[in-house]
Amino acid sequence: MSKIDSEDHGKKHPGKKGFSRRSFLQGIGISGGAVASLPKGLLAEPQAESGARVMGPGPVPVSLRINGKVHNLNIEPRVTLLDALRNHLDLTGAKKVCDRSVCGTCTVIVAGHPVYACGLLAIEAQGKDIQTIEGLLSTHGKAHPVPTAFVENDAQQCGFCTPGFVMAVKAFLDKHPNPTMEQVKQGLGGNLCRCGTYIGVRQAALDAAREMRGGKRA
Amino acid sequence: MPSKYDWPAAEKRSLIGKRINRLDGLAKSTGRAKYSYDTNRPGGLTAKLLTSPYAHARVTKIDTGEAERLAGVRAIRVMSPVGTEVQWQGYEIAAVAADTEEIARDAVRKIQVEYEVLPHLVKEEDLSKAGNRTKPSGENTQGNPDQGFSQADVIHEGFYGANVITHCCLEPHGQVAEWDGDNCTVYASTQAVGSIGRELGKVLAADPATANVKPSNVRVITQYMGGGFGSKFSPDRWGIVCAQLARQAGKPVKLMLDRDQELLMAGARPSHFAKVKVGAKKDGTLVAWESESWTTGGMSGAGAAPIPYVIEIPNRKTRNIAVSTNTGPARAWRAPNHPQAAVLTMCPLTDLAAKLNMDPLELFLKNVSLSPRGDVYRAELLKAAELMDWKAKYHAPGKGGNGYLKRGVGLSIHTWGGRGHDSECRLIINPDGSVQAQLGSQDLGTGTRTVIGIVAAETLGLPLSGVQVQIGDSNYPPSGGSGGSTTVGGVSASTRRASVKALDKLLEAVAPGMGTTADKLVAVDGRIQVQGDPSKSLTWKAACAKLGTKAISETGRQPARDEGNLGDSGVGGAQMAEVEVDTETGIVTMRKMVAVQDCGLIIDLKTAESQCYGACIMGIGSALYEEKIYDQQTGRMLNADMEFYKLGGIGDVGEIVVHMMTRDYDQRGVIGLGEPPVISPPAAISNAVFNALGVRIPTIPITPDKVLAALEKGGMA
Repeated sequence: MSKIDSEDHGKKHPGKKGFSRRSFLQGIGISGGAVASLPKGLLAEPQAESGARVMGPGPVPVSLRINGKVHNLNIEPRVTLLDALRNHLDLTGAKKVCDRSVCGTCTVIVAGHPVYACGLLAIEAQGKDIQTIEGLLSTHGKAHPVPTAFVENDAQQCGFCTPGFVMAVKAFLDKHPNPTMEQVKQGLGGNLCRCGTYIGVRQAALDAAREMRGGKRA
Repeated sequence: MPSKYDWPAAEKRSLIGKRINRLDGLAKSTGRAKYSYDTNRPGGLTAKLLTSPYAHARVTKIDTGEAERLAGVRAIRVMSPVGTEVQWQGYEIAAVAADTEEIARDAVRKIQVEYEVLPHLVKEEDLSKAGNRTKPSGENTQGNPDQGFSQADVIHEGFYGANVITHCCLEPHGQVAEWDGDNCTVYASTQAVGSIGRELGKVLAADPATANVKPSNVRVITQYMGGGFGSKFSPDRWGIVCAQLARQAGKPVKLMLDRDQELLMAGARPSHFAKVKVGAKKDGTLVAWESESWTTGGMSGAGAAPIPYVIEIPNRKTRNIAVSTNTGPARAWRAPNHPQAAVLTMCPLTDLAAKLNMDPLELFLKNVSLSPRGDVYRAELLKAAELMDWKAKYHAPGKGGNGYLKRGVGLSIHTWGGRGHDSECRLIINPDGSVQAQLGSQDLGTGTRTVIGIVAAETLGLPLSGVQVQIGDSNYPPSGGSGGSTTVGGVSASTRRASVKALDKLLEAVAPGMGTTADKLVAVDGRIQVQGDPSKSLTWKAACAKLGTKAISETGRQPARDEGNLGDSGVGGAQMAEVEVDTETGIVTMRKMVAVQDCGLIIDLKTAESQCYGACIMGIGSALYEEKIYDQQTGRMLNADMEFYKLGGIGDVGEIVVHMMTRDYDQRGVIGLGEPPVISPPAAISNAVFNALGVRIPTIPITPDKVLAALEKGGMA
């Protein structure tokens, strides 16, 4: 719905070998809904590629570095990063809403980029720094400026989209420390809210940016 | 008659009416808030549902054998045995609980079901194709419509409508159920902590496997819930099966709907279409109305929209028809039937104004005296016009610019009741100075938790941090479900009364030691002091220490006839929208919305404003993007996902200006706010598009295809 500038929007997938439903669909230039009409062959079995590593279908060891801590899991290779976080590590800040890379409520930061965790397999996230909302809690006994700005601007109602939005704002501000309101509207177009908290989110993003710049100056 | 329970006078309020951050804000924005979906119980299983792919069918065979043999499957329940007539796509057929979500999904796929497919109807906009699926649903005549139309100088006739939309709660419906003997705890995403447990218990008691369960054995916990909007009042079939699976497996079970299931069956706002005829005198005075409307609420009735809306045109005749369709059943959707009524009324009135060569603002100002609160609407319309700069922006319909981008403005007005529901609050003051307010209420994100804290803290002279608000548990004193904007009025009144009573007890306890009587003491700024003499005082903590070992526990109730008049019913509101329409693509872009709203005494101005911002945004979605799209050929919903069931994004909603009517409205006490501001946006936006283009897009959502079709029909393409 929002016109999303792919440069500014920043929902990129990490690593050149990263493969996800979303990056695959982006790669072939179609939207998610058109998958059903794809001609056979485009969705060719990955093992047909030479050198592809086959895992599963049973549980396999998976190692994830989340908020600086390594977690070793034994999960099926089809488990998404989101399900690994929520169902296997009890890190439930990232929410499951659309489960197909549309709404952004599962946004986490992987290798510095905001990513829809429902659109990435856990096995693909191995070897990369994964930051979740839980890692944003407190570094010096004080909440991060982004969640604080969300509170001050009442940028949340039911709160179900909020952790994803907070992570999207954080990743956006990391790349755009001094954004305009127009850039905020463009850059955060990948996160949806049902209660309608966007007015607060816009201002929270601007306020948090100011706060974070202030922090750097000091 | 004044009462000690009355709200404090404006100059004495230290918290009420201020902009205060929500109490659970940081828990939500740091991901610590645990929702039902986030509840992972030790050893817990995950359940998934098998649902019907057909809109209308009979189950002829069901075989769960292969699914049962799958490793990791712990319990299976058939919900629609052979012979069941399924009436909509998404109807629950069976449920599986398994060790992991992946195994549960695999098992669902292995259940074999055969259906006898039956004829269906899933679309109702064209009433001529509804066949025998219609039935009369309300007819009403006031005054003398024929005579009224004979007096009219101008008559307008037109077709208008609003398509079915869905709630699309971000946290889907569902729960975790856990048994301990015959006691069941349900962590449910619900708007009714106080009632769904009993309802669930009754169903379980009727099941031989759980016959020992009493309704009071089911405890419901909802600390946080991710949106309901009217759709989460029932334990639901998936709640019952979740409890049954947990019983059968002997382990906690989580069953949350998948997104497609959520959109298919967990809530729909009924459509409403109408052929409208309305007449006025040359000066704009409305004299007659006639409408034939139709609506679908799925297989159940939807009720008739209250038209003509707000403005009670003296001579009027309305007839409504209910159409039963094989679609997911209707549930209350924020201000049930009112947004549709606003479209069916404010749009034809705006078109009538055009025929009269009148600015619609003038037409509305002239006729709001036909509403029960004419002066309020007049004040709100004038305030909205000022904030929109209406006089500068309004132009004759279709004169929205010479280029391909056309701008226009439109307006609508609305009403709602919002009287407080029944509520009990237990207010506890402990000897250590801590305070708990306990209510079996729930915070949907509206700010209920914060409002309770503000009322208790204000009454006790404490900072907000001095009160612990404990809600979201059916073990607390009962409070009504959160629907119809009834919560804030209910919990504010019960909390105020409980707090006054508890404070009285504290003052009685400390007065002798302070050499005075309780009636001479007040609680302010964290102290108990002699009125007018701050030198004679105790800190709150020191005062509470005088209680010795015995805590104070007092209960306040709503309603309570003799304990102050703390609330009222009936609010108004006026909204204006400014849009820009691209006549080459048909895309409507929001430029600005103005929402002017009264709701009596506001407890927290910040969360009250958030309700209005959010309502405008939700209203923009239903005006421009949202529709539950069905295909009559297959009987299926084409957009049971979030790619094509479109919600507006952060860049789609333009500028929004909210103005709360305060001061003179305070004396009415607290009135609910959740519903009213969501009513007007679609009508105001539709009217703005009409003003821009000079042609009416008859139904919402106003999608680009409809805009282009209307332009072509109007000879403007």
